[in-house]
Amino acid sequence: MTTTTAPKMKRVAMKTIPILRPRAPTDDHPLVKIALSAIAVVFIGLFLFMPLLTVFSEALAQGWRMAWDALSEPDAIEAIKLTLLVAAIAVPLNMVFGLAASWCIAKFDFRGKNLLITLIDIPFSVSPVVSGLVFVLIFGLQGWLGQWLRDNDMKIIFALPGIVLATVFVTFPFVARELIPLMIDQGKDEEEAAATLGAGGWSTFFRVTLPNIKWALLYGVLLCNARAMGEFGAVSVVSGHIRGLTNTMPLHVEVLYNDYQYVGAFAVASVLALLALVTLLVKSVLEWQFADEISATHRH
Amino acid sequence: MPGFGFSLAFTLFYLSAIVLIPLAALIIRPWELGWNGFWAEILAPRVLHALKLSFGAAAVAAAINSVFGLIVAWVLVRYRFPFKRVVDALVDLPFALPTAVAGIALSALYASNGWIGAPLEKAGIKIAYTPYGVVVALVFIGLPFVVRTLQPVLTDLSRDSEEAAATLGATRFQTFRRVILPTLAPTLLTGTAMAFARAVGEYGSVIFIAGNLPMVSEITPLLIIIKLQEYDYAGAAAVGVVMLAVSFVFLLALNALQAWVSSRR
Amino acid sequence: MSLVIEQIAKRFDRFPALKGVSMEAPEGCFLALLGPSGSGKTTLLRILGGLEFADVGHIQFAGLDWLSLPARERRAGFVFQQYALFRHMTVAKNIAFGLSIRPRKTRPTRAEIARRVEELLALVQLDGLGKRYPSQLSGGQRQRVALARALAIEPRMLLLDEPFGALDAKVRKDLRHWLRSLHERLGLTTVFVTHDQDEALELADMVAVMNQGRIEQIAAPSELRANPASDFVAEFLGQNAAPGVVPLRTAATRQKSPTDSRGYATY
Repeated sequence: MTTTTAPKMKRVAMKTIPILRPRAPTDDHPLVKIALSAIAVVFIGLFLFMPLLTVFSEALAQGWRMAWDALSEPDAIEAIKLTLLVAAIAVPLNMVFGLAASWCIAKFDFRGKNLLITLIDIPFSVSPVVSGLVFVLIFGLQGWLGQWLRDNDMKIIFALPGIVLATVFVTFPFVARELIPLMIDQGKDEEEAAATLGAGGWSTFFRVTLPNIKWALLYGVLLCNARAMGEFGAVSVVSGHIRGLTNTMPLHVEVLYNDYQYVGAFAVASVLALLALVTLLVKSVLEWQFADEISATHRH
Repeated sequence: MPGFGFSLAFTLFYLSAIVLIPLAALIIRPWELGWNGFWAEILAPRVLHALKLSFGAAAVAAAINSVFGLIVAWVLVRYRFPFKRVVDALVDLPFALPTAVAGIALSALYASNGWIGAPLEKAGIKIAYTPYGVVVALVFIGLPFVVRTLQPVLTDLSRDSEEAAATLGATRFQTFRRVILPTLAPTLLTGTAMAFARAVGEYGSVIFIAGNLPMVSEITPLLIIIKLQEYDYAGAAAVGVVMLAVSFVFLLALNALQAWVSSRR
Repeated sequence: MSLVIEQIAKRFDRFPALKGVSMEAPEGCFLALLGPSGSGKTTLLRILGGLEFADVGHIQFAGLDWLSLPARERRAGFVFQQYALFRHMTVAKNIAFGLSIRPRKTRPTRAEIARRVEELLALVQLDGLGKRYPSQLSGGQRQRVALARALAIEPRMLLLDEPFGALDAKVRKDLRHWLRSLHERLGLTTVFVTHDQDEALELADMVAVMNQGRIEQIAAPSELRANPASDFVAEFLGQNAAPGVVPLRTAATRQKSPTDSRGYATY
């Protein structure tokens, strides 16, 4: 094949002058391309990259030493611990909820399903401050249960439970909204097949369903965790900003910043920024490697 | 198949406990002020100004994002350039970066001694601690909504209709204005509306750069916190209810828009 | 004034789509590019339309160096396989598109455009459907809207990519006869791509049988049946040719087939 075409192609090339190639009709003019690319890159640079760079540069403005000291100071360590603790409670809770919600929505038919899906999305459209406010209205000193809590010597607002509640509220839909469309798309054939083969409910779930959704679950958990560790507005309302006690990392950043301790504020902030970067990296890798298994909408 | 009763019961319980009952608490609370008291609270000059600022700045930021978000999405989908994947991943930064971190970073950047603030100040433009600062923060927070909504639609946009326009004699610009843009318009509108809805309630990234002067650069969510600190629960709830109501109206409008779009296809 | 294609070659990355294709067709000819998928027929059509560019080669048409013109200046009416109608525009707006985007100097008046649209709607037998959206039409109707839209710009040539590919058998048959008679009426040089030999033999004045980026044979349908130039042609035509298909004879087929005079059309 190649031996017969090669001489012919050569003859073609000699006989005819290569033609001037106009632009493909769906291609933009080179100048337009350059201009639009430049606008996009400058815009992203100005609004996204520069702030990111600022975080690290301000943190290291007075050297690694100062940044490290700010991080190893007891209040900072308490803030890191509290943030990890809150995420360690909130994320698994929302994960279990996401699994339960997507299981009943995807595998069964019932009335009000669409309403349920809409309700699950609510926390996304509520201002973070309002998300914190609702818990103050219930558990705060002048809230519904305020007096009763006080009488029984329990504390929710300005304490760990309040911070956890606000965080759970804010990160509520993350896992569920990743899983619901995917599981609806996958249907229930495999589960039914497993049931006919004699598998019980839990073993069907762990051996059939879970392997099918594991990457989407991880994806949802990743986003949920990033938000849980970084939530500021809602937590700010319920925390009371007690140093070393109810300050999460983002709140600690605020306290330090308002105290004009910029290096400390940015040092803690850069830890959070690193967390964000790792989240983005893992997220990109997941999207790139497992696009089909993450989202039903990625499939064609 | 097993597990229906259990999973649905748990879902409903958890949803009620975490979301529905707390929201009910919010909706009920302000009415202890009475109908007139509620409106007096909302129409107080300071509250009114904060609402105006929150909605106004969110609208301006959403408008900016609709233009630049479209350009960014277009460039990311259509062109090839070095580090494209990095730029693409960076678009999600506002989703991933804690808002407080974004807030202090933007504030440092746009302050009068910051990398961007200093040259701007020389030119006589002040961003930080003015309403413009609020807009800057809201642009930051809203960009990914527009880009991420547009990207899949742009990717799926068939080249056929662009080619058809070209064979019919259209210039590239005419093709964009009369064929591509109308096709993208509903999606662009959806993304912009999402950016707007998010921006209205945004708190963390705004308060550091805004300066928070009452009647000047004080946003609504901050006012809620101030009222709480004054133990004015009902007042805080009143403002919260207004924000909630507006975002629900928006959510409904958005759903209606999407239903309308899919019915036309 | 005929269509002259000389030594067109094109590769996609490393895959050679066209390996030096030459042919000539008289003006007003109804030419079919027939071949299996991957034979290069669609690529050749897209090169004619200005949607793809040859690596080497020349095309002359209507006294123009065809390949030096960008797509929008060729006035080649292109009908896409999936029609590519503008979904957000009504049928009338779709048809008017080519006229309404002309620069102000050469643009017809609104009334004139409306009149042309009515004419074209009548021509493609869709009177009264101008206010519909493409999504409200059947496949065959969309096909005809796409054709009317292409005809609106008073094209120099008409290019049809698998014009009946997406239609069911009954509609296919009807549209086939209708298209043939439309061609007789308009006399436009028309090139269409198909993988269906019945369609090609029944409709076209000339059929170019393509295989692996080359033209195996180009001839009138009767000639093609009588003297297939290669095993491939014989096999491809014989494969599932319906018996009793009588090729239509027209002015163009009565002329001498360019294959005989030039000799390089078949390899």
